[in-house]
Amino acid sequence: MSIVTVQLGQCGNQVGLEFFEVISNDANDRQRKVYSECTNDRFFSETSNGDLVARAVLIDMEPKVISQSVAKAVKSGKWRYGEHSYFSQKQGSGNNWANGYCVHGPRHEELVVDLVRKEVERCDRLAGIIAMMSVAGGTGSGVGTYATQCLRDAYPNSFILNHLTWPYGTGEVIVQNYNSVLTLSHLYQLSDAILVHENDTVHKICAKLMNIKHISFSDINKVIAHQLGSVLQPALTGDSNGVYNKNPLAELMSGLVCHPEYKLLSLCNIPQVSSSSMVYSVFTWSGLLKHLRQMHISNTKMEEGIDWQVRAPCLQSGGLERTKSHRRKGFNTSLANLLILRGKDVYSAEIGGFQDPSLYTSWLPAVEAFSIWKTPVTFNKYEKSATLVSNSQALLQPLDYMVGKAWNMFASRAYIHQYTKYGISEEDFLDSFTSLEQVISSYSLL
Amino acid sequence: MTQSVVVQVGQCGNQVGCRFWDLALREHSHVNKAVLVDMEEGVVNEILQGPLREVFDSTQLITDVSGSGNNWAVGHWTYGSAYKEVIVDQLRKTAEHCDCLQSFFLIHSMGGGTGSGLGTCVLKLLEEEFPEVCRIVASVYPSAEDDVVTSPYNSVLAMRELTEHADCVLPVENQSLVDIVNKIKHMSYSGNPGSMIKKDTAIISGRGGVSGAQKPFDAMNNIIANLLLNITSSARFEGSLNMDLNEIAMNLVPFPRLHYLVSSLTPLYTLSDVSIPTRRLDQMFTDAFSKDHQLIRADPKHSLYLACALMVRGNVQVSDLRRNIERLRPTLPFVSWNQEGWKTGLCGVPPVGHSHSLLALANNTCVKSTFMELRDRFAKLYRKKAHLHHYLLVDGMEQGCFTEASTSLSSLIEEYTQLDATKTRMIPDPTRLNIAT
Repeated sequence: MSIVTVQLGQCGNQVGLEFFEVISNDANDRQRKVYSECTNDRFFSETSNGDLVARAVLIDMEPKVISQSVAKAVKSGKWRYGEHSYFSQKQGSGNNWANGYCVHGPRHEELVVDLVRKEVERCDRLAGIIAMMSVAGGTGSGVGTYATQCLRDAYPNSFILNHLTWPYGTGEVIVQNYNSVLTLSHLYQLSDAILVHENDTVHKICAKLMNIKHISFSDINKVIAHQLGSVLQPALTGDSNGVYNKNPLAELMSGLVCHPEYKLLSLCNIPQVSSSSMVYSVFTWSGLLKHLRQMHISNTKMEEGIDWQVRAPCLQSGGLERTKSHRRKGFNTSLANLLILRGKDVYSAEIGGFQDPSLYTSWLPAVEAFSIWKTPVTFNKYEKSATLVSNSQALLQPLDYMVGKAWNMFASRAYIHQYTKYGISEEDFLDSFTSLEQVISSYSLL
Repeated sequence: MTQSVVVQVGQCGNQVGCRFWDLALREHSHVNKAVLVDMEEGVVNEILQGPLREVFDSTQLITDVSGSGNNWAVGHWTYGSAYKEVIVDQLRKTAEHCDCLQSFFLIHSMGGGTGSGLGTCVLKLLEEEFPEVCRIVASVYPSAEDDVVTSPYNSVLAMRELTEHADCVLPVENQSLVDIVNKIKHMSYSGNPGSMIKKDTAIISGRGGVSGAQKPFDAMNNIIANLLLNITSSARFEGSLNMDLNEIAMNLVPFPRLHYLVSSLTPLYTLSDVSIPTRRLDQMFTDAFSKDHQLIRADPKHSLYLACALMVRGNVQVSDLRRNIERLRPTLPFVSWNQEGWKTGLCGVPPVGHSHSLLALANNTCVKSTFMELRDRFAKLYRKKAHLHHYLLVDGMEQGCFTEASTSLSSLIEEYTQLDATKTRMIPDPTRLNIAT
């Protein structure tokens, strides 16, 4: 089954490019025939002369980024984007969600849906759609939200995963918090799951773990691509009976999103090292998993600076009932977790630590809350790689921060005239704030 | 690619505009979207005879013979109505040649008659005919020692139009430009062998270079030209974080009338001696927030920042940007509801002769002081009704125009003052919405 990726706005298109680069390199080794074929079928279509064409649609309201991405893909020599798979306009969305959602979105609805349809028709069977976008700007966020709505209407029975990049807390766009609030509140109704990467977090990974001195967006996007690839590349699941899982999106959703109020997913990946240190690094599964578990429960997104003081709460004797005192500060309670292990000796890995009921909220038994995928095939040159996709409180603080900042600005009505002139009213803002406060409340009470 | 149309009005506007095209040609091989308007032929004729004569064709010019006599009313009402159709026609033609018109740049001075009066009339026309297209105005404000006696009248009358009809205004003060020019000249003539400025890299140099034969205002006008060049760089070249003109207007204007931006440019020059290490990148960020590099004489650090944009060109990465923002942020007072109010852009291509450059645009309440000075100078003249009859004789002009313009300016100043007042107050965060659980 195949996945169609829709890349929206500058960020979506830049991240998407790195993503296809990573997975095509990863699959390229001829010795992993079945794995490669699975990747190629999932993410690429093959032309009559053997060219690999990404199953992707590129959308932007200005042309520069798309032309760069298309050119870079061709340069790779291994894959490319479809000749007619992109749509761009001349003038961007001005960092204005309302401009993206109310003006550009509807204006180009037909063309966009048509492009996606063509891509879907090239698939034998559609596993689902991934929409990649940022939340800070105007196109990825505004047009992206509108496009998600259209795709939801066009494909009511398919899985839609939105991959969102959250901006730096110290600001890339002044109205980023408004754009983020509007995007998240709308997507929450439309999307099946929202997988989030934060620029701040990825930046730290680049700085501390990968030792990159002058971090560029390209570096950031490569890390994001690596982490996404570690989730979406072929793996063996509990149900797949010894063959690679057909529909990773379906399995992701069923494993992690069991309640419509809880759709925010985050990623933790280990190890992350610079390519120069990789030769000298030796990892054991027990070491990796111990760190990963602690990273998860203390909500540190990388293997440096982990707070080992944070402990899982003790269960009262008699089982699953627990009081509020167990919601300790610093402890990240999960609704559900998915662990993905790739590489050497994967079957010897001890994963009991993740099945511990104390990690999870009380109303879902641990055995249902935890799932695991494995493959002995190494990923992206890492001898061993572990990824935890989590539906937990990990994003609670950044979300709360973002809503708080937006609310603060909204109280003075700053910039609101820029939105009302395109059709988003103060009422719309209030609705969005209300929905997100609800989400924050739900996650707080896990 | 989007296009911008430059409308150059009056002597100052056309002279600056010329410098702009000269520098733009250095960055590209062809750019040709301008409408030149002047009510006396001299300046425009010079353009047509000079090295830029290939760039323009006569249909883009609108001229008359006798000038506006430094009278805003003549520029705005007399010539405004006489030439309205011709101007609109020419604007439409130029706009039609554009694939995708993103913005109009209006370049003019505030103190005279044509640039100020006719210029603001053109601004109104732009809003009527092309309401969707962003209007960015580079306005040269008169200094206190301006030799045009009526410049306060002209400026205040024009201000009202700018407040009502422009999306963004970049005020420029001649005195600041003079200071920058002097700073560079001082550097290059100091005789210090380590301070030789590389040819053509100074912000004041045109194609002729710093020492090339330049007309008196050329050096100053080159600075404004560089400002416009840098603002449009992200629309013209690739980068990892694009910043379009409509994004500038969106992020820097929190309330519609408060759209006056303080601009500063660095570096002012590149040293030609390659053995001297290039000034550290971080120094460039520090300089952008120093008064020496601003194009108006105001003090942003002691007022309140409402928003700030940094447009970086050249080989600069996001980590450099973040590091400097974190470093500078504590030294700059931001309004309570926009503590992280930064808009950033990274354009891959630096300006000619430099490895990187930075343009900072700030919406800061310090512009209030410029406006207050202007209001005082206006009041001095108006109290005595000096020269008023020259204006009132013009068809379309009445005393009401003066009082309305003055009121508009006062209320603008008041809006800035109210925001300033929030600086000292401890403003608690507004309570969040309460959700029933």
